[in-house]
Order: sequence, then structure tokens, then C-alpha cells
Amino acid sequence: MSLYFTKEHEWVRIEGNVGTVGISDHAQEALGDIVFAEAPPSGRSLRKGEEAAVVESVKAASDVYSPISGSVIEGNEAIADDPALINRDPEGAGWFFKLEVSDPSELEGLMGEADYREWVKTL
Amino acid sequence: MIETEETLAKLPLDAWHRANGGRMVPFAGYEMPVQYEGIMAEHLWTRDHAGLFDVSHMGQLLFHGSEVDRALETLLPGDLIALKDGRLKYSMLLDDDGGIIDDLMATRRGDQFYLVVNGATKHGDIEQFERRLPRTIAMDHMKEQALLALQGPEAAAALEPLVPGVGELSFMQAGLFHWDGKPLWISRSGYTGEDGFEISVAGRHVEALADALTADERVKPIGLGARDSLRLEAGLPLYGHDLDLETTPVMADLTFAINKRRKAEGGFAGSLRILAELENGAAQKRVGLLVEGKQPVREGALILDAEGSEVGRITSGGHSPSLGRPIAMGYVATALAEPGTALTLEQRAKLFQATVTPMPFVAHRYHRKQGAAA
Repeated sequence: MSLYFTKEHEWVRIEGNVGTVGISDHAQEALGDIVFAEAPPSGRSLRKGEEAAVVESVKAASDVYSPISGSVIEGNEAIADDPALINRDPEGAGWFFKLEVSDPSELEGLMGEADYREWVKTL
Repeated sequence: MIETEETLAKLPLDAWHRANGGRMVPFAGYEMPVQYEGIMAEHLWTRDHAGLFDVSHMGQLLFHGSEVDRALETLLPGDLIALKDGRLKYSMLLDDDGGIIDDLMATRRGDQFYLVVNGATKHGDIEQFERRLPRTIAMDHMKEQALLALQGPEAAAALEPLVPGVGELSFMQAGLFHWDGKPLWISRSGYTGEDGFEISVAGRHVEALADALTADERVKPIGLGARDSLRLEAGLPLYGHDLDLETTPVMADLTFAINKRRKAEGGFAGSLRILAELENGAAQKRVGLLVEGKQPVREGALILDAEGSEVGRITSGGHSPSLGRPIAMGYVATALAEPGTALTLEQRAKLFQATVTPMPFVAHRYHRKQGAAA
């Protein structure tokens, strides 16, 4: 199991050929109180960097981009019912969607956890 | 206008905001706190307790001279001649076509008039007043004054120990008070729909006053984010969003600010058009909208009728923390402005159902004296 991050503050956790995607703690902190989240429907095929989900805070609407290409297996219904879950547990229960990874080599372009945490401190 | 850090001014409370955890953003040419602990918590705190807002970016203007009330009445449609000493009125600065240049509060203060105007528009307003008022009227821009708003059901209980007697003010009444030997001009007014006060204090004393107010555990500092969601729930328009030069007081549903005498006499900027709109209705009207679902619909979204034709636009919208649902205001064709009218909203190619609803969305809780006139 390994965890990767994008410069747009998404994370993807890889277990076998399944990736679970969400937004980082830094991202939820910057967004503030989240009041709406919409995950993609299962079956949707996503390219790396494509708009995959919507998240809205009291302040503004933001897009969530897919960190890697693949086919959506499951959207997280819990965040639709309780969007504040993303604020409370962004890198755990507040995940957005799971996808079947189509090209594992794309992971090489992402940041590892330690690198991401260091980089975020510089922002 | 593109704002860069170099051009942004600092408020007298700048260091205080940062020390209290304020997240600073550019607004109206200043660095201002958008939030401290979080917009939702700050919003709900203000509805339940008392919130302290720094609104020192707003323009505080003092006018005096012979028949200053009559002079201001040429630009503002409100009844200023009948306004009693220490009373304030909501009004608007109008252009000659009846468009709204700014909205403001006007107080009679002895033989002077004290106006509080929006921060982003204050320099333009000052030019308007200089150009359009007679030379017999002098105007002082009180740049050295800071302005605080203390809002919420516990505001009076928190302010009274510091400023004895302030609780005697009723809604839209103002007076001179003292705190720690320093003069404060305090009005019972605000922009949240709650009971509360706006306090004009010398910039060099504002930090000590903010400390004294927040020493009371009922009072917390509140940022611009919650100020916006509170005023939206209260149905109060925000200049530059819900009001601009293209809107008139009739379109904006602010005709309460034009009294019977002024409607009968006219004689204010844009009165020809505004009196005609009062008689025949305006083409568009500002309305409140309850939006179905959870997703906020924000400024710029289109408003469509049953046939899918554009009939207006959303001018403010977002999540209502008090109601736990999205609300919005916007302009629609007047025929579609009746409460209960079903409309469709379009935002980023997605459609939303909405219903026209009377405002405020959350009931006002102003401190009106029993039997006193509104």
C-alpha cells in the first residue's frame, strides 16, 4: 500500500490495482467548511488530470482532478450525505471515489507522502 | 482592478486580526480577515451570542453647512428633513438616471449629517458628493476613525458593562458615549439581521476596545465570510453584487427607503425614472430564492423560466448555515417575482429548481421599542 499526492492537493492510495482518491488535509483547511461534495458515478472512465468531482465550501466551488487514469468503481456516498466528513477526516473516511487503475506507470509523476508534506510547508 | 500586496492598505486592527488567528484576504483595497476559526462556526456564534466585526474599511463622512439635510436630499431619496437628531436611516446615493452609486446609513448628528458608505466605493462617493453638493456644504472624510460592529442577541449585554446606558438605544438610534474616557459614536444598527451596535472609535483606541469587548466570553471576532452569509440570510443586499449602477431602488425592492413625502415631491437624482417605476413597476425585481438540494448556487448563475428562457441572474447565493440549505437572491422579470413562483437556475451547465420566497430568509431580531415607529 502506498500513498501519492498531486500539486493540486489530491491524494491517491494504491492497494493492488485499486486507487482511492481524496483531497489532502491542507486542501480541506484551505477550503474551509465544506457544504457539498459530488463524487463521479461508477463506471465513468477518467483520464489523469481530468475533472472528476466537485467540492464546495461556504466560500467557493472547486474541482477535484483525478490523480491517475482509470475506471470508477465506487463513489463515497458518505460525503454526499455529510460533506463536513471531508473536513473531519480528509485523508480517511472523507475519500471521494475508488477507481481501477489503468496505467500504474502514471504514479511515477506524483509526489510521495514525505515530499508532499515538506512541499506544503513552503506554500 | 487587480490588487497586489503593495497597493493594499492595512486596517488599524491589522496586527490584532493576525494575533487572533484571522486569515487575511484582499477586500476593498485592504487586507481584511475573511475568517478566524471558520465561517460556519462564526456565523452560528453571531446568531446565538455576539460577534465582533471590524468594518473600518467603510467610509465615515461628516457633512455640515446651511440646510445640509435639503442638500443631501437632492442625491438621496430618503426623508432626511424629518429625521430626528440621533436617528439614522438606510438610504442610497443615486445617479441622475436613478442608478444606485452606493447604499449607506445616514444619521442626523446635531447640525451635521454622518454617513457610513461602503469601503469599495467610498472614494467614488466622495468625488460624487464634492461634485454634486453645493459649495455651502462641507464634507469631512473621517479617515482617523475605525468602525466596529457588535452583533447578536448577547451584544447589548456585552456592551452595557463597558458603556453604561447604551442598552437604552433602540433600533436605528445613535448617540455619543464614552468608554475609558474616550468618545464613541454608537448606533443600534448592523448588517446581520440581529440586534447589535456599530461603534465609531478613534483608530488609535480601537485595539484596546476590541480587546475589552472580546474579553467577554460571549464575544468572538467574526470575519468577512460570516458577515456575507449573515447578511444574505437577513435578505440585505451587498453593493457591487446585488446593487449597482444598473439597478434602481424600485428594482432592488428598497422602496421602503423612499417615504410618502419624497414620492409625492420627487426632486431627487433619478426621481423621474424612479417615480415612474413606482407607478408602473420596474422591468425587473430583486427576489429571494430557496434552492432545492444541497449544492450552493452562486453569483452569476442564470435564472430561467418554465420555457428555459433567461429571465434574470443570481447576484448573491450560497449555503445558509442557519437553515442548512442553499439560498440565493437575484433579479427576475417582475411578472415572475411573486413568492411561490417556481424557477430554474443554471450554473456550470447544471440545472437547479428554486422557488421565489419572501425575505429575510431568517427573521430579523432588531431591538425596537414597544410602540415606537419603525
